[in-house]
Amino acid sequence: MNKPSPRPLPTSIGSTVDLLAEAEYLADRSLGTVLFLALKMGRPIFLEGEAGVGKTEIAKVLSSTLGRRLIRLQCYEGLDIAAAVYEWNYAAQMIAIRVAEAEGEHDRARLEHDVFSERFLIKRPLLQALEPDTAGAPVLLIDEIDRTDEAFEAYLLEVLADFQVTIPEMGTVKATQPPIVVITSNRTREVHDALKRRCLYHWVGYPTAERELAIVRAKVPGVSKKLSEQVVAFVQALRKEDLFKSPGVAETLDWAGALSELDVVALDPATVSDTLGVLLKYQDDIARLEGSKVKGMLDEMKSDLRAAE
Amino acid sequence: MLEHKQDQPGRLAENIVYFARALRAAGIPVGPGAVLDALEAVKAAGVGTRDDFYWTLHAVFVKRHEHSVLFDQAFRIFFRRRGYIDQLMAMMLPQAPAEPHAPQAGATRVHEALFSGLDDKLKKEREIELDARMTVSDREILQHKDFAQMTAAEIAKAKEAMKKLVMPLAEVRTRRLAPNAHGHLIDIRRTLRASMKGGGDFIDLRFIGPKTRPPPIVALLDISGSMSQYSRIFLHFLHALTDTRRRVSTFLFGTRLTNVTRALRERDPDDALAACSACVADWSGGTRIASSLRAFNKQWARRVLSQGAIVLLITDGLERDADDTLAFEIDRLHRSCRSLIWLNPLLRFEGFEARARGIKTMLPHVDEFRPIHSLESIAALVAGLQRGGGAGDPKAWMRKVA
Repeated sequence: MNKPSPRPLPTSIGSTVDLLAEAEYLADRSLGTVLFLALKMGRPIFLEGEAGVGKTEIAKVLSSTLGRRLIRLQCYEGLDIAAAVYEWNYAAQMIAIRVAEAEGEHDRARLEHDVFSERFLIKRPLLQALEPDTAGAPVLLIDEIDRTDEAFEAYLLEVLADFQVTIPEMGTVKATQPPIVVITSNRTREVHDALKRRCLYHWVGYPTAERELAIVRAKVPGVSKKLSEQVVAFVQALRKEDLFKSPGVAETLDWAGALSELDVVALDPATVSDTLGVLLKYQDDIARLEGSKVKGMLDEMKSDLRAAE
Repeated sequence: MLEHKQDQPGRLAENIVYFARALRAAGIPVGPGAVLDALEAVKAAGVGTRDDFYWTLHAVFVKRHEHSVLFDQAFRIFFRRRGYIDQLMAMMLPQAPAEPHAPQAGATRVHEALFSGLDDKLKKEREIELDARMTVSDREILQHKDFAQMTAAEIAKAKEAMKKLVMPLAEVRTRRLAPNAHGHLIDIRRTLRASMKGGGDFIDLRFIGPKTRPPPIVALLDISGSMSQYSRIFLHFLHALTDTRRRVSTFLFGTRLTNVTRALRERDPDDALAACSACVADWSGGTRIASSLRAFNKQWARRVLSQGAIVLLITDGLERDADDTLAFEIDRLHRSCRSLIWLNPLLRFEGFEARARGIKTMLPHVDEFRPIHSLESIAALVAGLQRGGGAGDPKAWMRKVA
């Protein structure tokens, strides 16, 4: 990771959008508004949306453009405090106890105080995010929160409301500067309203054709103008189909990349059918597009593009 | 352009408070805290354009994707012209021109919230019109069903039955660990703390083991005409279930699918059923199991079936057009949940055989096929759920007609 110099927070909605654009993240005005407010008001951002629309990317871009450290907490079922917040270094503690014994130390209170000190504390993402940083408060990404359970959500309430963590053996650790918190969810279950209430909510949708084209051009520089237009138009048409899982922006980029690797200059039915697996990840969605369907969609798309010129 | 720019800050605050109230009436839960947040946000953003103002308020007030539509409508109506009171009056006047295009989603709910009581008369006329089509069972019949008040004895019976209810696969193991004397892992943290008490001279081991938890339940209840005798009693059952367990989602389907989970959360069963009845437009109409399952698979399966959910499918399985779609959708449902239990009230008949096409299509894809013997008795339903073995095995029913 390169080490950019820390920068002050943006001062308006427009400059927030520009900031993201610097790292080639093309956000629409609504996302810019939410991000600006979150930064200004010191609130967590809660991003929901289909897989592959660039939710996680937002946190990464924020950290790189603002020059802050990115701390990522990937959620999974069974995520507990030992993995998310802190853990004691038991082996070192046991050695410390043995050494104390050998030295004839028998004052229990003293021993306990020594063993449960910061020296033996292993800091996990949430605790790391509360530490002061010379570059400014870090960006804390809590990714796919819907994968963990309600108990962990409830724990997050304290962290997100007061930016503090209580360690029974040591006391409360409070952040001097609250971190920039980005929470993402794929909506595989509903996250409780109490948590959402503390955040600013934004639904990250699929981009418009115009914006998606700009994203493809920025992220896949090798692809020709004609091909990128066709790719975007086809993906946009595909999203209107009755599919189980519509392709996200990540799939569009993958596809554009794959096609340019194959030295394709223009879409034809055979190429599309061969590379459909990059866009669609369900067998019956692929089966739905078999045969003449792809050709029909391509013809329609090409005539639309011609009409637009 | 918005009027608040010329106004003093006091007027803006007032407008936002009224707007929050309108949102609340339209069904978006907006607390007083959110109003303060909104004021702070508007001040922070230093709103220049209508769009920015829109998204600033959106960021604070909307906490669910489906509320976006309601917010959009409310915002349009509320901030359309100078002064919302003028607006209100314009809408109330009978000669107000009708919107030329079709109403957008959410418009009715917002409209109802803002001007409730005004168009009751209009609605009545509409209902009469729809009643004329009631005899056609295949078409969608938008008929609101009236629930009879539940008697105290019924409530008592339902509650008692619920106490005895042990759902199949009542507990599933989670990946989370909890202190457990017979656990298989050493809990080093507790062990160390305990040994500190003795000065660290000897180490007394403490253990942890996996934690169990009741899995989420998703109920899909058929409310078509052929099920009408049962649907009410099943709703009571589902209400009781929602009351005692944490993650229960309920969907009703006839010709379309409706999520009534939130409505069933009302504490009082009568309120809950009334709320349910209000959300559903197709009571006692025809059945389209395949399309309802398709809607569920597409829109909800990925949102409610995570973490090992059990699906209770309550339907008689009498589908008119039992074709490949039905087989495909029930197969997908089966693949995406922990276990699929089909509760079929037709099984109470002695000579029942799985001959109907819809039943034959669905049977191979369910894990359990269970009867509900007596219609009016919840106790029998609970017993039906608890009975294991032969009666629940769908293959036995398949063999019978083979």
